[in-house]
Amino acid sequence: MGMTMTQKILAAHAGLDKVVAGQLIEAKLDLVLGNDVTTPVAVKEFNKIGLNDVFDKNKVAIVPDHFTPNKDIKAAEQCKMIREFAYEKEIENYFEVGQMGIEHGLIPEKGLVVPGDVVIGADSHTCTYGALGAFSTGIGSTDMAAGMATGKCWFKVPSALKFVLKGKPSKWVSGKDIILHIIGMIGVDGALYKSMEFVGEGVKNLSMDDRFSMANMAIEAGGKNGIFIVDDKTIEYVKEHSIKEYTIYTADENAVYDKVYEIDLSTIRPTVAFPHLPDNTRTIDEVGEVKIDQVVIGSCTNGRIEDLRVAAKILKDKQVAKGIRVIVFPVTQKVYLQALQEGLIETFIKAGVVVSTPTCGPCLGGHMGILADGERAVATTNRNFVGRMGHPGSEVYLASPAVAAASALTGKITNPEDIA
Amino acid sequence: MKKKGRVFKYGNNVDTDVIIPARYLNTSDPQELAKHCMEDIDKDFVNKVKPGDVIVGENNFGCGSSREHAPIAIKAAGVSCVIAKTFARIFYRNSINTGLPILECEEAVNGIENGDEIEVDFKTGEIFNITKNKTYQAQAFPEFMEGIIANEGLVNHIKKNL
Repeated sequence: MGMTMTQKILAAHAGLDKVVAGQLIEAKLDLVLGNDVTTPVAVKEFNKIGLNDVFDKNKVAIVPDHFTPNKDIKAAEQCKMIREFAYEKEIENYFEVGQMGIEHGLIPEKGLVVPGDVVIGADSHTCTYGALGAFSTGIGSTDMAAGMATGKCWFKVPSALKFVLKGKPSKWVSGKDIILHIIGMIGVDGALYKSMEFVGEGVKNLSMDDRFSMANMAIEAGGKNGIFIVDDKTIEYVKEHSIKEYTIYTADENAVYDKVYEIDLSTIRPTVAFPHLPDNTRTIDEVGEVKIDQVVIGSCTNGRIEDLRVAAKILKDKQVAKGIRVIVFPVTQKVYLQALQEGLIETFIKAGVVVSTPTCGPCLGGHMGILADGERAVATTNRNFVGRMGHPGSEVYLASPAVAAASALTGKITNPEDIA
Repeated sequence: MKKKGRVFKYGNNVDTDVIIPARYLNTSDPQELAKHCMEDIDKDFVNKVKPGDVIVGENNFGCGSSREHAPIAIKAAGVSCVIAKTFARIFYRNSINTGLPILECEEAVNGIENGDEIEVDFKTGEIFNITKNKTYQAQAFPEFMEGIIANEGLVNHIKKNL
């Protein structure tokens, strides 16, 4: 019985020739990550252990991104605490406001993850880096503390679902639509405890930004990780961003999967997840009339340059509908600058869109775009739980940047095909 | 180790945003977090919950964010145990690591109603429904996990065993 891609990476990091699903192993970590919400708890736990130093100053990354720039005094205190910790422990990869970005945009951009790595992060969307062919998963603050102390983490080896992608997505269909389609198909616990492995000739038709956005939402199907095969596009991305050595793992021919899904990308329609779960999906053709109050384009799911380009393409020389608040969040400072140089920021501002500094802000109802009771938002973010973006009586509709931008022009959920 | 309490029962996919909304994550103080536990799904929870009470959910309890504040808030609210058919994996890890006992038991979830009084034995995995005079069997914790829970979390457990 062969191993899946994930199992091979875990076996190599546990120093074992072979692992099987369900086996408990201890794996060496290539990176331990935390943010301003989860790191304070991890620091408290780390200090209780009583060690002076983290296991490797180059293999810990701390990114204050959730409530930054500090939204209130309490948030400022939390950031101060982790900043002091980072300085004291000489953490190489601490990224202050001004250098930072939303962690899951920033970490790959800084070249801190490469194919074959094992990464844990005290943020559930750490699964994003599976786009690079790494094993990457979200854990809690205590695991982060133990990881910073020992450089190791225990895992139960996951079984896997295999998604064989073929064909090419149509013009306005992005990675976001594909992953929403998949979550709608298998449910929010459809991949519980499992890996989601994305393979097949269709992968070559997906950009790295598409892949990041798909791996990012593996957790919304309950997945332990989402992972893509490594191809020329991956290698090109890695060479451009990193000097780290990488290892390409591929699943064995006879690897066992719990289930195999074949997905023809050419048949996927723009897809929207209705409140209050990411699996409550409808194609754009089934949406009906849904009036909105706010549009959010950005986040660790969809704040990358391609996302901003597609939004700008739709908004160029047009005006957002009267009364609709539209907020764009570039995922990192680098993406922000690139968008500025490409003229996208000008397009947004002229269209009546506000452009924010990178922050998780509204995605989790933190700050910078909170909804009132009864208000509705179309968002390119990743969760639409009750109260996610503000008042428990508000609603979030998850969609691609194209659908979000088209909706900004009409004030209701709109098919980009009808606009452009 | 046995705990007794009244049941607060909820449905499928109780997510970490309703367990502790992100708007309160500007602190990690357990007592502060406990004040807002379950607020967006059950406004009265914090006023009604008493030490020892038990939360029962259906499938995929604790889905969503990796915030450890979720099990911390539940524990600080006085809840002695969470029982569900299945748990989201990060929540499962976080609960054990912070010393919040959680049990997977489909039979118990099907049999228990909101407001029932139950007693949970973590040593044997036995769940006794006092109200209905029925017993359900969950898998008992292996010894090392029982140790983590008895020591109120992974870090204390590591320290104690150094």
